[in-house]
Order: sequence, then structure tokens, then C-alpha cells
Amino acid sequence: MNVIVCVKQVIDPEAPPASFKIDPAGNKMMTPPGVSPVVDPYAEYAVEAALRIKDALGGKITIISLGANLLPEVVKKPLAMGADELVLLEDEAFAEGDSWSTAYALGMAIKKLGDYDLILCGREASDWDAGQVGSGIAELLGLPGVTLARKIDITEGRARVERVTDDGYEVVEVSLPAVITVSNELGEPRYATIKGIMIARRKEPVVWKPADIGVESSQVGAAGRRSQLLKLFQPVREGKCEVVEGDSPEEAAVNLALKLREAKAL
Amino acid sequence: MAEYRGVLIYAEIGEGKLKAISTELLGCGRKLADDLGQELWAVLVGSGISSLAREAIAFGADKVYVVDAPLLEDYQIDSYVSVMAKVVKQVMPQILILGQTSIGRDLAPRLAFRLGTAAATDCIELAIDPDSKLMWQTKPVYGGNAQAIFTCQSYPQIATVRAKAMSPLERDDSKQGEVITIGADLDASAIRARVLEKVREEVEGIKLEEAEVIVSGGRGIGGADGFKQLEELASILKGAVGASRPPCDNGWVADSLQVGLTGKIVTPDLYIAVGVSGASQHISGCSGAKNIVAINKDPEANIFKEAHFGVVGDWKKVLPAFTSKVRELLAE
Repeated sequence: MNVIVCVKQVIDPEAPPASFKIDPAGNKMMTPPGVSPVVDPYAEYAVEAALRIKDALGGKITIISLGANLLPEVVKKPLAMGADELVLLEDEAFAEGDSWSTAYALGMAIKKLGDYDLILCGREASDWDAGQVGSGIAELLGLPGVTLARKIDITEGRARVERVTDDGYEVVEVSLPAVITVSNELGEPRYATIKGIMIARRKEPVVWKPADIGVESSQVGAAGRRSQLLKLFQPVREGKCEVVEGDSPEEAAVNLALKLREAKAL
Repeated sequence: MAEYRGVLIYAEIGEGKLKAISTELLGCGRKLADDLGQELWAVLVGSGISSLAREAIAFGADKVYVVDAPLLEDYQIDSYVSVMAKVVKQVMPQILILGQTSIGRDLAPRLAFRLGTAAATDCIELAIDPDSKLMWQTKPVYGGNAQAIFTCQSYPQIATVRAKAMSPLERDDSKQGEVITIGADLDASAIRARVLEKVREEVEGIKLEEAEVIVSGGRGIGGADGFKQLEELASILKGAVGASRPPCDNGWVADSLQVGLTGKIVTPDLYIAVGVSGASQHISGCSGAKNIVAINKDPEANIFKEAHFGVVGDWKKVLPAFTSKVRELLAE
């Protein structure tokens, strides 16, 4: 089984909410000071799904990451977890894309890689929370797709997927090759091992520019967008929490109940 | 692009009825259509669903397109995206709106890529720019730490809308509208991702989305045992138990209890968050609650920025006293 996993580098979504600030000079989120970029947590579930398949059936896992200013210690994490190869679509031209231009570049890179049975993505990326790139790759490559997987079993050239729905899950069977997006219900991704980190450190990623995947710079990144970002903003929070006090936690609790009754919330 | 006109909403059906999200989309679509001076249309896709066209009209549609075929009994991506691409090509709406549900979030991106246009997912506000007449699509980004407004200059402009972000219109059974049938033209062999089984994992009792009171626990609860205390309070308040992501990821409670961006969006009258730090991702799911109450030992926890009432303290001490006082007050 050859599995390709698309992995994004993002601002750490677990950073304290107060540290998220918008660059007044442009519609961009500033990297919070002291907060390092991370592998998108949703993509880590996709890496974990790929590793489980490799554990069961063997094969090769190729990671593709797209962007500008990619940090080796971030984008190499999937290698440290157990993935085999890393391809970086790294160029200023790839930056500031939307779902369309990102899926297009990834799709063209996947086409160039050629030999694959399965393509995995996170259910969405934790920066723009769009959840479209996986579906876009499926459409652009003419492959079947399943979104929001919480479990993937491979048998005889097919994948049996448990897909999360609004009131439970459904079992979907899909022929391979296919694109599957992975949801957090899959279960915690594994940690990188010391050995894995050593191996990852020695591995050199393959770096591709737009020309390497047969596209013009105008077709990817900001230039290739089909949606426009008009404005990025942070709604002002009123922050008027009434903190109820008491001489002891128990008394505060009683006062809280009385306060809620008074406010007709109980 | 001049020939594209009208606002089309994709109406989801469940248990033989229009789902709540469908009436919300009709309410939101009505406003957009009126602002554009155009018509509002709904499309119904399924098997044996034609009679629901009347419902869509009563909730605001001027015209309803129905694609009714046995092969469309269950939502399956390949058949539904193919049918919807056909409908869009025939109807040519300027705007297409779907719900941000397990169907809409699957269908909208596939459809956008197939039609060569762009979709904005999980929108909480849609409006028409008075100058360009393009749709402003507002959605939370960065896990709810910011919001973005997108536009798309190709038609149809596609958006999915978060549950409960929009209000339905009053039902009006006297409203007139036209019903138009569109053939499915489907070939079963085109279905490459096949649904074999659907499993409902409803927890017993009141559904989170319908609960008027929710008692929610976070990482601070520490384990499955702690949630029993939350259940006790919830049962006194005739409410439901929810959770932020860590308790679900750690297996303390079922995944279906998760409130947040990737879980359920809830709008109860009272939301009691116990040991919840208040990550934006979680707040996205509960910020529509009328009253948010926080119990957390960390006075700096983000949840206090969102809450209306709070107690700073160890929940293990606060909650039992709170529960017994609530029981006493409600017995009066």
C-alpha cells in the first residue's frame, strides 16, 4: 500500500486565544510571539491513519506539505512518527492560497508522484477550517472520496470507512485509489520515537517548485485563488462575566445558584 | 454570468420531514433573494420525497426543484454530487446554500470543484454587498479565534451555513409556489463510494441540540467518573451532558457528546461549563447559549471571557454544593 498524506504547517491552534492577533497591515494572522508553528493537528490524525494501515499491511507513506517558510522541525514530524518520504511544495508562489489553488497544487504533485493507492488529508486545517482540500483533490484527480473518517480498513483493493455523521456514523465502501479525509474521532496520533526523530533528521525532503509539478505560478497560491478574502477580523468580546464569590467554594456555589435564580436562568 | 439568477438552497430531509437546518436555510435564503430582488428556490433530493415540496414553499421558497429516484434513497456522495451538478447547470442560480452538516460539508466542496467555483464552509452570516451584489460569506477561522469574510466572483457562489446561525420564517401554508421535477439520470455504476450501513449513536435522554440546559465537562473533570456528577446535575435540570474535546479524545465520554467546531453546535438557555478551559474551538459550539456559567479553578481560563456568570474554584468542591442548592431551589 502506497499512501500519500497531505500535511499542513499551521499556527499552533492550542496557543492561548488571547495570543491570536491580526496583522493590521494585511488580512493575515500574525504568528503569536513565542508560539511555534506545528503540524496541523487534524493532519496528524491522517498521518496516524496512514501509519495504522502501514502497520497492518506494510507499504510506503509519502507526506506532502505545501507552503512557504516551512520549518524542518515541523514538517519532518510525520517522518519521526514513521512516515517514509517527504515532499515539500515550498515556494512563495504556493503561499496564501485558498482551497482551490491548494488542492490544485497538491493534486498536480500527487499526479507526478503517480504510484499511490490512497490519499489521506485531515478533515480540515485548523487555520482556515474550510475542509475542502481533500474533496478538491478527489474531484481534480477524478478519484472517489470519503470525508470525515474515524476508521479505515483496507481489504482487497477497497477501503471500508466509518464516516462520522451528525447522529452516529455510516460504513462506506470505496474502491481504491481514493481520497479519504480523517477526523479526530480516529483516536490519538502516536508520539514520535527517539529513533524516529533520528531517522527523520537524516532524511532530506524532495523540494518541488511550481515548474516541477508542471504548473504556472499564476495557477497556485494567492494568484490561483477562486475566492477572495475580503476581511479578517476579531469580533469584540464584551467579557462581562459576573464572578460569584463566597467564603468557601461551597458558599460560592450556593451563591451562584441563587444568582442564577435571580437572573431567571434557573 | 448575466444568465445566472436566483438563490437556491439545498433542503435536507430526515425521517420524512424537512430538517431544521433546511428551514433555517430558507429563512436566510429568503433575505438574500429579497435583497437581490430575485427568487428563492429549494432543491429536494431523495426517494419518495416529492410531497415535501409544499413544506419548502410554506417556509419561503418560490419554486421547488425535486429530484426523486429510488437510487437517491440514501445520501451517497457520487450520486448526490452528480445530481446537484445537473440541477445547478439547469437552474443556474447565483447563490447556492447548503447546511454545514455531515452532508453539506461533504457535498458543497465536491460540487464547487466540479463546477469550477468556490465554496465557503461553516458560514455564520451571509449578506449581499449593496455595490457589487456579491455575497459576503462570514465564517469563523483559526478555530474561532477570528472571523473572515470571503467573496467569490464565479457563479454559483456556494456557501454552507452553520446550524442555528439563521432563523426560519414563520410557516405560511397559504404561500403559493411552483414545483418542478428534474430527472436524476443516474447510473448505479457511477457510485464508487457506497454506503453499506448507517449507525445511529444517540445517547439516551435529551438530545444535545434540543436541550434547554446543558452541563458540559472539560479536561478538568479528570475522568469518566467525574461525568457522573455532571449527569446528576443535568438530570435535575432536565438537561443533557456535553463535553469539550479532551474528554471525548480521552474516551471519558462518547464522541457524540462533543460540543464545538468539530462537534455539536448548541444553543441552550443555560450552558454550565465545568472544568472547561474555553478553547475557541469549543466556544464556537456553545457561544449561542443564552446564559453561560463557568466553574473553573483557573481565574485566567478563557471560559470566563465568554461566561455570563462564574465561580472560580475547584469543581469537586463547587459542584456538589451547587447541585444540592439547585435541587432545593427547583423543589420550592
